[in-house]
Amino acid sequence: MTAIGKVSLQDAVLQRGRSRERSRLLVFNHAVLLLLTAFAIVPLLVLAFNSVKTNLEIGQNPLGPPINIVTDNFPNAWARGHFATTMGNSIIYVVATIAAELVFGGLAAYALARKKPPGSDALMLYFLVASTIPLWMYIVPLFVQINALKRLGIDARFLLIMVYVAGNAPLTIFLLRSYMIDLPSELEDAARVDGANEFQVLTRIVIPLTMPGFLTVGLVVGLGVWNEFLLALTFIHDPNQYPVTTSFYKFVDRFDRDWALTSAGAVIIIFPVMVLFLALQRQFINGLAEGGIKT
Amino acid sequence: MAVLTQKKPKTLFEKFNDATWRRKFVTNVLIPWIFILPLLLIHIYVVAIPAVQGIYMSLTDWTGVGMNVEYIGLENYRELLFEDDKFGKALGNNIIWMIFFLTVPFVLALFAATMLSQIKRGGMIYRSILFIPYVLASVVTITIWKNLLNPQRGIGAALDKMLGLEDVFGIAYLGRSETALMSIAFIDNWHFWGFLMILFLAAMQAIPPVLYDAAKIDGANRWQEFRHVTMPGIRPVVLFMFMMVAIWSFLAFDYIFLSTQGGPGGASEVIATLLYKNAFFRFEAGYGAAMGVVISIFAGFIIMIFVTLRRRGWDI
Repeated sequence: MTAIGKVSLQDAVLQRGRSRERSRLLVFNHAVLLLLTAFAIVPLLVLAFNSVKTNLEIGQNPLGPPINIVTDNFPNAWARGHFATTMGNSIIYVVATIAAELVFGGLAAYALARKKPPGSDALMLYFLVASTIPLWMYIVPLFVQINALKRLGIDARFLLIMVYVAGNAPLTIFLLRSYMIDLPSELEDAARVDGANEFQVLTRIVIPLTMPGFLTVGLVVGLGVWNEFLLALTFIHDPNQYPVTTSFYKFVDRFDRDWALTSAGAVIIIFPVMVLFLALQRQFINGLAEGGIKT
Repeated sequence: MAVLTQKKPKTLFEKFNDATWRRKFVTNVLIPWIFILPLLLIHIYVVAIPAVQGIYMSLTDWTGVGMNVEYIGLENYRELLFEDDKFGKALGNNIIWMIFFLTVPFVLALFAATMLSQIKRGGMIYRSILFIPYVLASVVTITIWKNLLNPQRGIGAALDKMLGLEDVFGIAYLGRSETALMSIAFIDNWHFWGFLMILFLAAMQAIPPVLYDAAKIDGANRWQEFRHVTMPGIRPVVLFMFMMVAIWSFLAFDYIFLSTQGGPGGASEVIATLLYKNAFFRFEAGYGAAMGVVISIFAGFIIMIFVTLRRRGWDI
């Protein structure tokens, strides 16, 4: 960067030409992007507006900002939608699925990335093929199987978590394995020389160094479970075990005309996700992008 | 070499008595497999076994309850493909759905990602806001848009009022057979396209800026720049997502089930909603399973097309 000669002069000319052209074009870019941003956000704003209106006001002013802000809708929706129960259930589904996925997936990915026992290649092929099998191919027999276990007295919530863990298994293995393969193996060897056993190598060396991978899997899996509808609809039939999604589905069905109430309910469901999203924007976006490409 | 080959192979018993061999076996084979087994067994139990059972079930007339199972060969498939008008209609809707999702979100996402990639300041804010609909649950997205598409209180009604019209835009988009499917596709796309945009944007940002400078020097206009620099750079991602979206189009369920359940009169029915209703509402488990197998065959077919294209030298 010390040489001030022909190259940097060329650069400067290019730069100036570019910035002049760019600034003209960027007005257009911003206009387009603002329009698209409005398309993304205005429906959500309308939802937020309606959640603090009375039904009377929604009737006269269904789209605009509220004239009088009322907050009654939230406690009403919370109570009548049984959110205390269903939020608790959803948190159980999310936390348990993430925990099981990271523990079992972490162990399996470590073995496949580092130890490569005989049969590893066949196993990777199994998960690759399995990840292309659509849910629709096995949902009916799975329903029969899960029902048989339920009749044996096994908690339906446990079974749903098991289904979630299995469904996310290929993604978890591919993602965590790719993070672990990138890790230089000298670190692990050094730990072994120092007398660490396999389990210690995993918990003290590999996991801390591949934390971003675990965070990514946790976010992708957690968001998926929080928003999941079809499997919960199929396997959970006791209202006391509903997650927020299927419970909200029945709630909207029952209070179809009560927009104030259902809007408040919808805001309650998306609130935790929005808080987490705004706090961890980068991780969320990059994680979901990575998960989308790797599957 | 000679010495090595003359060494007698150990019997299993001898191997087991050799302490070094035993230790190696434990650390290199046994422990890794113990690490792998829990997830593998869960996966086999939830996915592999039911998938195989699904194939068998599709060859029976089982209702889903009771022990009365009769093997009927390919009868379910014959009925599906040659007699069931509902299935034909649903398959047609899946294809319309696929055409919609292979065009609209791709054009939108490519356009927005191009616009966004040229912005240095404030890009992150746009990126985040455009991504927000993707993190919403399908039940919430449908509730929002059911309200916005309401004939009396929705956007259409407001537009009519503004223009002094009556019942022109304020129609029951989800309740009419001509508009139902496209309206649901529109809603699903509202939720989905931001995700596609993020993927394309990430791919665009990985293109070396030098290539753009070179194109500039060669006097390329914006379209040529997009066509000859951007597109080759992001082509792998675009083609991969083409494959994924084509597959997903045959699996579509949530948005349709939540908004119209396939109605009115089957106008928005797709294979997945038909399957769900057959298997879980009408007690036709065997018939539902056959639809599941057909969906999987479509998915497999799409994957095959892409694999073949890649072999032919289209680098995907």
